[in-house]
Amino acid sequence: MTAADLYALAGVGLVGLGLYALIVHAHLLRKILAINVTGSGIFLVLVGLSGTGPDAIPQAMVITGIVVAVSATALALALMLRLTALSGQAELPQDPDDAH
Amino acid sequence: MDGLVTQLPWAIILILLPLAAGMACFVAPRIAGALGLLSVVAVLLATLGLGLQLASAGVYRHSIGGWGAPLGIELYADGLSLLMLGITALVGIGVSLYAGAYFTREQAGRFWPVWLFLLAALNGLFLVDDVFNLYVCLELIGLSAVSLTALAGTTAALAGAMRYLLATLLGSLLYLLGVALLYHTFGTVDISLLAGRVTPLPALWAALGLMGAGLILKTALFPFHFWLPAAHGSAPAPVSAVLSALVVKGSFYILLRLWIELYAPAGGQSAGLLFGVLGSAAVLWGSIQALRQARLKLMVAYSTVAQIGYLFLAFPLGGAAGYAWQGALYLLVSHALAKSAMFLAAGNLLRFGGHERIAHLDRVVQRLPLTVGAFAMAGVSIMGLPPSGGFIGKWLLLQTALSQGQWMLALVMVLGSVLAAAYVFRVLGHAFTAAAVPHDPIAVPLRMEWAAVLLAAGSIVLGLLAVPLFTLAGIGGFAGMGASLP
Amino acid sequence: MPLLVVASSLLPGLFIFALAEDRVRTRTLLNMTGAVVKLVLVGWILWGVFHEHHYETRIPLLYDLEIVLRAGPLSLLFVTLSTILWLVTTVYAIGYLEGVPHRSRFFGFFSLCVTATVGVALSGNLITFLLFYELLTLSTYPLLVHRGTEEARKAGQTYLVYTLAGGALLLFGTVWLYTLTGTLEFTPRGIVDSLDSAHHPALVVIFVLLIGGLGVKAALVPLHGWLPQAMVAPAPVSALLHAVAVVKAGAFGIVRVVYEVFGVEFSTLLGLTTPLMWLAAFTIIYGSLRALYQDDLKRRLAFSTVSQVSYITLGVAVAGPIAAIGGVVHLVHQGVMKITLFFCAGNLAETLGIHKISEMNGVGRRMPWTMAAFTVGAFGMIGAPPVAGFISKWYIGLGALDAGQDWVVLVLAGSSLLNAAYFLPILHAAWFRAPPARWPKEHDFGRKETAWALLLPPVLTAAMALAIGLLATLPFSPLAWSRLIAAREFYQAW
Repeated sequence: MTAADLYALAGVGLVGLGLYALIVHAHLLRKILAINVTGSGIFLVLVGLSGTGPDAIPQAMVITGIVVAVSATALALALMLRLTALSGQAELPQDPDDAH
Repeated sequence: MDGLVTQLPWAIILILLPLAAGMACFVAPRIAGALGLLSVVAVLLATLGLGLQLASAGVYRHSIGGWGAPLGIELYADGLSLLMLGITALVGIGVSLYAGAYFTREQAGRFWPVWLFLLAALNGLFLVDDVFNLYVCLELIGLSAVSLTALAGTTAALAGAMRYLLATLLGSLLYLLGVALLYHTFGTVDISLLAGRVTPLPALWAALGLMGAGLILKTALFPFHFWLPAAHGSAPAPVSAVLSALVVKGSFYILLRLWIELYAPAGGQSAGLLFGVLGSAAVLWGSIQALRQARLKLMVAYSTVAQIGYLFLAFPLGGAAGYAWQGALYLLVSHALAKSAMFLAAGNLLRFGGHERIAHLDRVVQRLPLTVGAFAMAGVSIMGLPPSGGFIGKWLLLQTALSQGQWMLALVMVLGSVLAAAYVFRVLGHAFTAAAVPHDPIAVPLRMEWAAVLLAAGSIVLGLLAVPLFTLAGIGGFAGMGASLP
Repeated sequence: MPLLVVASSLLPGLFIFALAEDRVRTRTLLNMTGAVVKLVLVGWILWGVFHEHHYETRIPLLYDLEIVLRAGPLSLLFVTLSTILWLVTTVYAIGYLEGVPHRSRFFGFFSLCVTATVGVALSGNLITFLLFYELLTLSTYPLLVHRGTEEARKAGQTYLVYTLAGGALLLFGTVWLYTLTGTLEFTPRGIVDSLDSAHHPALVVIFVLLIGGLGVKAALVPLHGWLPQAMVAPAPVSALLHAVAVVKAGAFGIVRVVYEVFGVEFSTLLGLTTPLMWLAAFTIIYGSLRALYQDDLKRRLAFSTVSQVSYITLGVAVAGPIAAIGGVVHLVHQGVMKITLFFCAGNLAETLGIHKISEMNGVGRRMPWTMAAFTVGAFGMIGAPPVAGFISKWYIGLGALDAGQDWVVLVLAGSSLLNAAYFLPILHAAWFRAPPARWPKEHDFGRKETAWALLLPPVLTAAMALAIGLLATLPFSPLAWSRLIAAREFYQAW
């Protein structure tokens, strides 16, 4: 098993950890972090699977993905801060749709 | 003139124009309203130009910067793209007309740039042909949509936007993982090249599972619809219209393309069955939940959940002979017009009465006749009553289901229509009746009422345009549409 | 050309919606113009068909499905009935709704309703029929809930539950049929006889679905529940709904399905006509029994409608040419008679505030013309000659004997007795009892009995009922027409 394969496996592990954290934790900052970890895991997988040869496409994909992740994280943090300022807690309200 | 029309790179214009206009609106918020409306009209014209181009020359391919696949970005436009672009432009015009009168000066300055970015991203989504660029467009759409959702600034809106953001990011990530697998296994991300290379390997199914999961999360298919009612229900009316009409359709479009180009040829029976089951559950669950809502916009949001379920009923039917894909596409297009009209009408009612309690809609049929008329017409399409686009779509799906002996699916379709009628007429019934609690009415600008009416009328007129539209959508022969026309 | 007939009420309707509430003259003008134009156009078509012209409009819906409007004998029967009665009802409605709010909205939907009815009449295939049938549901709902009360809303809800469920059944049956036969055109003697017997169980289910869907509007028991509740609507609405539009559309649909989708021979082959006969007979008796116990005048008339419309179904289900004549001609007869009765009920309510039969003592002296019209209508319902109702019953009875279904005659006789039992007391009370000291809520019309617009229509329709009965043997009577229709179905196609 090459180093690249190890990276890929580690990436899958990160994805799993991130998904678990996203579902289990209630605090918004933890959820955002979880998304970031998942994203990083996927980038690892992408790079790891591409092996050791010079392959431009996975690199391009990862770079684009990182840029997207940064923007998304920025938006998420801004939303979280605003929500916390307005509602006093950094968690999503339990039952958003009021049926009555 | 004809030569000029077919020579211009309409596809590029469709992406760059709203992008540039969005930036201009950001820099000069004073003229944002006028500039925004103008650019949306220009997008519609560009779409028409692309249509002419496709009609005369067939499918359109363009390599950006001269770099072709697999390294460069290729634009690809066929009949299906044209259909989606057309519906985006039409809904865009209606929403832009509405938004001009809906938002305050300050809100408009934030609305227009983000809305135009969203438009650019949507157009891009329908014009690219490789799975990775689809990911990029998906993310762009998601981020713009979340920002628009949060525009109202209330706690409910922010919470809805946050939930939406987390769900959409998760969906994109799962999709990206699938892309990684596909690339690793087959060596390319371009869809046309992939179509030639795929073989039924476990890696393909894993990739389908991941991408499918991500996409149905973004399309809000039951049971992954949890984020939709809050987001669509608490966003400003024009934003809800765009979200329900266009944004969720974007991820569905990708799923459709991937399914037909890559997965169905390799044999996707059980996945199709799964989609059918989930779709049926969505239709029934969404409709029942819509019936239980006391607030108008939440009801309309749950109606979206139900109508999306209908789209997925085409998957188990698409394999054998029939018109499943045509029916689903027609439902998609009609729903876009009808649902946006419904949300705009709901926005009018909210503005008028200061509340959106369905039971307290005090005789609005007399005081806001245009709005209620728009709601009724949109409702007719959602219910699938003739003559409307919704009827054509349901007819085709029903016909396909019955000719394939799929009784359960046919039953679900008909039941869904009956339930839709129930929740639509619940609103209309209260619209005719005097309510116990009077409210002080606030005037609603005519522009906002007419925007709703025009979109709703569009969904009805669609009922008579099936023949030309299917011919148009068949350019490029996607899903065998050019060959066998219903 | 048929499209013009449909458009002649659609266009004025759309204009009327936009009119401000106080533009009474313009609205009246638009209404009357539309009605008269439609009458002229129908007259033209009648003349043309008589001279062997062929009128058809086809609009493509999907590649192999079209919207078809065609002027055949059955279509023309229904269209002529609708058009004449619409004109009369428009006059009545203008008078009745004097001073009622939201008249523009009312007349707008009123026009849409007639558009849908005419479309139903002129449809040339099942999908066009379905289209206008559902349009009828949609356009009658606002009329039903016009008053804006909670009671009206609930009645509207009930109406929708029944009619939309029926529409769903109809849709299901239609699509299924289409997947089996590939066509939905109305053809004399049906479109399904070329299918092999493996499909027969499916065809039976399809028949049940179609009749079920149509039976809701045609008020076949147990699908009739919406009709008595719909009495909450203003009288012109009840008159139109119960005489012309909704109920007749359902019955008309049943005639079409049995004759021109399945074909009467095929239906008999599949054993479908006998259960239908039983159902129709049951409805006839049940409706009359329920009518006996109603004190509210309109509700009694509603149950009477439930009973009377099933005569049409019975005539069709007996599956013989003579009974067919009786069933088809009853479309016209029942329409004219029932509209008279509802107009009179409306007059009593508007002029004197009378809603219940127990309040009707001696009203014959106060409103002689109205009660005279009512009497004519009532006699027609009972089946007494020379009013038109007698003829339809006679033919159905004769046809039943001819087809070997002797028990039907008992049903007819029993129904006539029951009709007498619930109509004669009304007449007796109105003519022979002493009037009360004061009427519940009297409007003064000076020396006239009531407003002209309210008086003329019922007198006119009562006269028509009488005339149709007396002149039935003339070559252009509805009876002769029905003979033509039956001949096309049962004997070689003309």
